[in-house]
Amino acid sequence: MQFSTLILVLLCFMVLAYYLGRRRSLNLVSGRVRDLHSLPSYYGMQTALWCGIPALLLFVIWVSFEGAVMTGLVVEGLPSEIQNLPVERLNLVLNDIRNLAQGNIVSRTVDETMQKASDHYASLKKISHTALFVATLALATMGGLWARQSITHDQRARNRVEKAINFFLVSSSSLAVFTTIGIVLSVLFEAIRFFQQIPITAFIFGLEWSPQTAIRADQVGSSGVFGAIPLFAGTFLITLIAMVVAVPIGLMSAIYMAEYASKKFRDLAKPILEVLAGIPTVVYGFFAALTVAPFFRDMGASLGLSVSSESALAAGVVMGIMIIPFVSSLSDDVINAVPQSMRDGSYGLGATRSETIRQVIMPAALPGIVGGVLLAVSRAIGETMIVVMAAGLSANLTANPLEAVTTVTVQIVTLLVGDQEFDSAKTLAAFALALVLFVITLALNMIALYIVRKYREQYE
Amino acid sequence: MEEIVNQNGAVTEQLDAATDAEIDMRLVRENHRSETVGEMTVDDPRMICRNVDVYYGDKQAIFNVSLDIGKNQVIAMIGPSGCGKSTFLRCLNRMNDTIDICRVTGVIKMDNQDIYDSRLDVVSLRASVGMVFQKPNPFPKSIFDNVAYGPRIHGLSDSDTHLNEIIERSLHKAGLWDEVKDRLDQPGTGLSGGQQQRLCIARAIAVSPEVILMDEPCSALDPIATAKIEELIDELRENYTIAIVTHSMQQAARVSQRTAYFHLGKLIEVGETDQIFTAPRHKLTEDYITGRFG
Repeated sequence: MQFSTLILVLLCFMVLAYYLGRRRSLNLVSGRVRDLHSLPSYYGMQTALWCGIPALLLFVIWVSFEGAVMTGLVVEGLPSEIQNLPVERLNLVLNDIRNLAQGNIVSRTVDETMQKASDHYASLKKISHTALFVATLALATMGGLWARQSITHDQRARNRVEKAINFFLVSSSSLAVFTTIGIVLSVLFEAIRFFQQIPITAFIFGLEWSPQTAIRADQVGSSGVFGAIPLFAGTFLITLIAMVVAVPIGLMSAIYMAEYASKKFRDLAKPILEVLAGIPTVVYGFFAALTVAPFFRDMGASLGLSVSSESALAAGVVMGIMIIPFVSSLSDDVINAVPQSMRDGSYGLGATRSETIRQVIMPAALPGIVGGVLLAVSRAIGETMIVVMAAGLSANLTANPLEAVTTVTVQIVTLLVGDQEFDSAKTLAAFALALVLFVITLALNMIALYIVRKYREQYE
Repeated sequence: MEEIVNQNGAVTEQLDAATDAEIDMRLVRENHRSETVGEMTVDDPRMICRNVDVYYGDKQAIFNVSLDIGKNQVIAMIGPSGCGKSTFLRCLNRMNDTIDICRVTGVIKMDNQDIYDSRLDVVSLRASVGMVFQKPNPFPKSIFDNVAYGPRIHGLSDSDTHLNEIIERSLHKAGLWDEVKDRLDQPGTGLSGGQQQRLCIARAIAVSPEVILMDEPCSALDPIATAKIEELIDELRENYTIAIVTHSMQQAARVSQRTAYFHLGKLIEVGETDQIFTAPRHKLTEDYITGRFG
């Protein structure tokens, strides 16, 4: 029996319970809703919740422990020489038994013991599923009937349903929080494994990055040096270029949109500008790699400069273009949040528009704009697709935007793309890089949010 | 006489060339045309408004208002909400220009200069016609910089000492100097509501305007702060011409010499304040000031 069927049946039970509970509450007071403590629908919902939630909980608990219990039972049934195998080997055998039971490909010849174990496993599974099905539906029926039976005219069903809703909302939001914590922890633990192999000082202060580790002793060109400074230098160089492009253009277009443009033009131009934000980054990536980079290289050549065809400049400029709408819409919001009375006060003293913007609106909006720019910076630092396509792979430690540099995100991608063993320093380095990147963007976001929030209080 | 075509299509003689006698003649005609009761003119006007219509898009907000604003007088504009008194006030320094859909027709002259003339620089107009708003709106700058804002953008001071003098004088005139002289470098937004409003008055005074427009300057203030501002308005009358919009009839009676009553965008009655409040001539005015309506 499929789990999805079970869930569907359970949902039908809940709907049924809703109507039963609702009808019972109405019957109790012979249809006079006024005599009930809560509206009939609340009694219905209460019954449905009693029907559904215990059964669902049972289902979840059953499914999460089923695997462990069944494995234990199968292992018990195996001959003792297999039982005494080391854990990894035993796991391989169990895997094969499971695969055999499900009709998948098996990595060894099937002997009698295997076949027996597999049949044992399949029958256990069948029993377990049937029992689960019966137990869940029985619990649902019992819960629903009990809740229906316990309805009285002065039962506080509304309060209970509200409490249940509150609980659902809290658990949904904590799910997001716990996921974040889970991601952070998994990155953290892998990073710690990396730092057990490579000293943390060598990682943070090292000037050379060359992650190819030798598999055999006689391999050449595989030094395995993990100095992250060139990567972060490259990241910051590209981010800086992106900001040099995005901040002035974004800010000025925001000022134009907020202060100068007529309503008609604004309604037309703002969505068009925001289309820039909707272009997939992969499109920006090949735009950078195939159009902008060759353009810069040819232009550099005609000026007598040698520009790498994967220059930091091309990646940075395109990333800046991508971020323009980000900066402009955040700044636009902030500028619009400056009260009209400030503008009136300034115009009333005979200030022109640009004087008002420079001397009243900008100082008032500056904290918010700084916050917006910091958010844009953290976005640029974490941006991956453009730099994967347009920035280079060689970890040059340079401040020259015409040369190729690489970024943290590019290196993470190249370290983890393809088949990798997950215990080498090379792959674990990706987690260490991700951890540092995460810390940096988190710090930037927190500073930005702090500034933005502080600014918001000013006019309330 | 040169004629120009107004935006609304009506043909109006340009007042530039008109002599006093001609203005009087026109007034006779306009009196006939407009519904306004009372003395629209004064002997010594600072600003002259004739046949002012204001439109927001298609909607007309002000209908054919003609009014003089006398030198060194306080003129109060009263009327129920939405009657157009604030809109009319904002015409006097062209603050309505900041609203895209707003259109003003008619003639408003200050010292014989049409303020809606395309050659006129709105910056210099607003320097000579200052404005104080309903809600105190100090800039998020220091008290000093708030007052120095106007003088700086108009280049009124030759030196730092001169600027300091202007600041001190303006704050003195606004009755705020003694309260803030020790903390000029602190933010103006940190003052109390009444102090903020006096700071805004000081800010307006600092550019030496001739006329000060006040749009319900006390509506956001407590009674004590209101009393201080009213006292201040009375003192400022010596040097400035003041037009004040107010919802409080007591305030109009206390601070003004002339009162104009607006109703649904029309100027219903204008006259000496005493006369308006004791012997209104128009039925609507009487209803309003006796509290039967509005």
